Amino acid sequence: MHLAYPVVLAALLFSVGVYGVLARRNAVLVLMSVELMLNAVNLNLVAFDAWLRDSLHAGQALTLFTITVAAAEIGLGLAIVLLLFRARGTADIDRATALGDPAESLAVEEAPNGAEELKGQAAA
Amino acid sequence: MNLALPALVPALPALGAAATLATGKKAPGLARPLAIVPVAVSAVLALVVALQLGTGQTLDVATRLTPTGGPDISLGFYLDGYSSLISVLVGLVATCVQVYSTAYLKQDPRYPSYAALVSLFTAAMLLVVYSGDLIVLLVGWEVMGVCSYFLIGHHWETEDARSASLKAFLVTKLGDVPFLFGIFLLGADAGSFRITDVLAAATEGRLGHPTLIALLLLGGVAGKSAQFPLHTWLPDAMAGPTPVSALIHAATMVAAGIYLVSRLLPVFLLSGAALIVLAVMAAVTMIGSALCALAQDDLKRVLAYSTVGQLGYMAGALASGDREASVFHLVSHGAFKALLFLAAGVVIHAAHTNSISAMSRMPGLRKRVPDAYWTMGIALVALIGLPPFSGFFSKEAVLTAAEHAANGEALTNGLGPASAVPEAAGWVVLISAALTALLTAAYATRLFLVAFHSPAGAAAAAPQVLPAVDGATVVADHEAGAPYSPELDEADPATAEPPAMRWPLWVLAVPTMAFGVTSLRTDWLPALLDGGSLRPSGVTAVTGTTLAVVGMLAAYGAWRSATARLGAGRPAPAAAGRVPEQAGAPAVEVIVADPGRTLLGPLFGPARHGFGVDRLYHVLFVRPVVAAARLVRFLDREVIETYVRGSGVGANLLGRAVRLAQTGNAQTYLSALLAAVVLLTVLVAV
Repeated sequence: MHLAYPVVLAALLFSVGVYGVLARRNAVLVLMSVELMLNAVNLNLVAFDAWLRDSLHAGQALTLFTITVAAAEIGLGLAIVLLLFRARGTADIDRATALGDPAESLAVEEAPNGAEELKGQAAA
Repeated sequence: MNLALPALVPALPALGAAATLATGKKAPGLARPLAIVPVAVSAVLALVVALQLGTGQTLDVATRLTPTGGPDISLGFYLDGYSSLISVLVGLVATCVQVYSTAYLKQDPRYPSYAALVSLFTAAMLLVVYSGDLIVLLVGWEVMGVCSYFLIGHHWETEDARSASLKAFLVTKLGDVPFLFGIFLLGADAGSFRITDVLAAATEGRLGHPTLIALLLLGGVAGKSAQFPLHTWLPDAMAGPTPVSALIHAATMVAAGIYLVSRLLPVFLLSGAALIVLAVMAAVTMIGSALCALAQDDLKRVLAYSTVGQLGYMAGALASGDREASVFHLVSHGAFKALLFLAAGVVIHAAHTNSISAMSRMPGLRKRVPDAYWTMGIALVALIGLPPFSGFFSKEAVLTAAEHAANGEALTNGLGPASAVPEAAGWVVLISAALTALLTAAYATRLFLVAFHSPAGAAAAAPQVLPAVDGATVVADHEAGAPYSPELDEADPATAEPPAMRWPLWVLAVPTMAFGVTSLRTDWLPALLDGGSLRPSGVTAVTGTTLAVVGMLAAYGAWRSATARLGAGRPAPAAAGRVPEQAGAPAVEVIVADPGRTLLGPLFGPARHGFGVDRLYHVLFVRPVVAAARLVRFLDREVIETYVRGSGVGANLLGRAVRLAQTGNAQTYLSALLAAVVLLTVLVAV
């Protein structure tokens, strides 16, 4: 079989995964998209392993590794999503922005600056 | 001669000052002996040195202090008759002042530092007098300036004292800058800073720029000796304690400039232009200050302007090429002006005011301070220059010197050719000195009559001692709008004349009365100096005395007519408008029989304010400096600080922009990451 088929398939899978990660709103679907990307890589590994006729089958071995790691990762990820859902009542990834640095907090931080300016005027 | 003796003369007061400063707080009881003893011992030693040196001798020893690459700086003495005479004067006046201060500043909490500064000042003056090296002399000169600054500002609680001390410091330093350059130029031209070498170079004509040197040195002399363009600090310096005025602003520090010129007179004789400048400076100073003195209301300011005028006499004698007459007048003036100030201090303590118009309303003032009354009278007569008091002889010596210079036969006593002194300088000095003699007599008479002999005081004749007036009344008491240098004063009027304040007066009264006689024979005082005659000559003596008598009579006549008008209930027309209108002040009509008002007429107002020189300087110098300071503040606050603040604001804005990217949405971050990876890949690949 020509190498192009599995590689193109892997690229399509990876692209679908990227799209899913960047555009899906549900956290579970984002995790699934991550799985798609991982599996696209796995497919590449296997395809190149066969194409290169590697005597040690390093590609296949690595694929097994990746599958294991992905299983662990998805378990951890789903647990986090579950906790998020329990805490917030939603698994919407657009709403989970608590770690952001919104512009409204500027007003609070500017207050000490103003006080310093006042002090400078009083000293003058 | 044992060199330890002259070394101890300036060293002892300096050590005394250090000891007083060190122990002043811990052992206040030691302050008085530590103040008096070193100064007194140093005065005695100065006398011993003078006696050992004898007449017609000079002592010139020096040791190299430090090599400079140029002319070396040496530590040494240059003693001759001039330094002997002046060091004895300094010692005498300083001792009197220290004794007097123990009583005058009895209740002052800062007495120890005051006494230490007076001692240090005495040491500096003696250093100036004894030093044989111009740079070491400059050290003493500047130490005096600093001591003067501290002592004028002794009562730093008052605004007047603070501003007066700053003014004195700045104005004298303004003169000291050209002075410093003059010394450098002199040292460079002569190849040495030692006075003997400089004088030798001047005699041999080795000085390249005598006119420039002389004019630069005159800057410092004008500052220190309060001559015309830089005289304004001296009247204001009266905000200091009165003994300080007696020591510094009458007898010693202001004399330093005159002393320096007399030391370096051969240099000045090389330049006719410098002598003419000096003569004009002296003439303007003399006449202007005498007119101002005639219009002052503050007792100490009258004396201050009088000091300025008498220093003008000395400068005039120097411009006429006769340093003998100048130093003679310096010493006799030092004695009687110190006496005048000390007596004025007693009177001010007793009257609780500086204002002579306020004193004129006090009944029986002269009976409460008899010693001050009599010694002040003696000193004023000496100031006027009536025979046989010392002022007569010294003033005649100045007039004689000016007369000879005007005739082209200046009494240079071998320091230079008589033709070195331009005749114009002699004429300027002669005419202005004669006019000033008249004015001096008038203001001295006015001072004495208004302060002590006012009809108000005599008519009231109240037997009881004047009730102690509180400070507020005293302040409101002096004439409105008159310049006034009040002094913090805690003394009890009942004890106005303690012995420590009375005896220095009589000690100083002796030279005031008798010192002039020493000039009668050439083997007395003149032998100590240059050997020329100081005997009064016929024409000038008669003219001078006549002018003085005319001045006294004019002042007396004006005073009588003013008194008569006042007695008749019709106040002098000029005085009618001078009822003070301050809100809340007691309705005391400040109408005093003031002969100065009658004599000066329309000049009275300007003269009272020093002919607006202060105001002119305010417009010319103070305001531009303040404006420049404001500009600097503006540049600092608004321009430089804008950059500093701008960097902060810029960083803040940048931070705000970066913050916009921090939305918290992981997908946005990932999109940016992906875009960046794609971009980098494309860039690397292409």
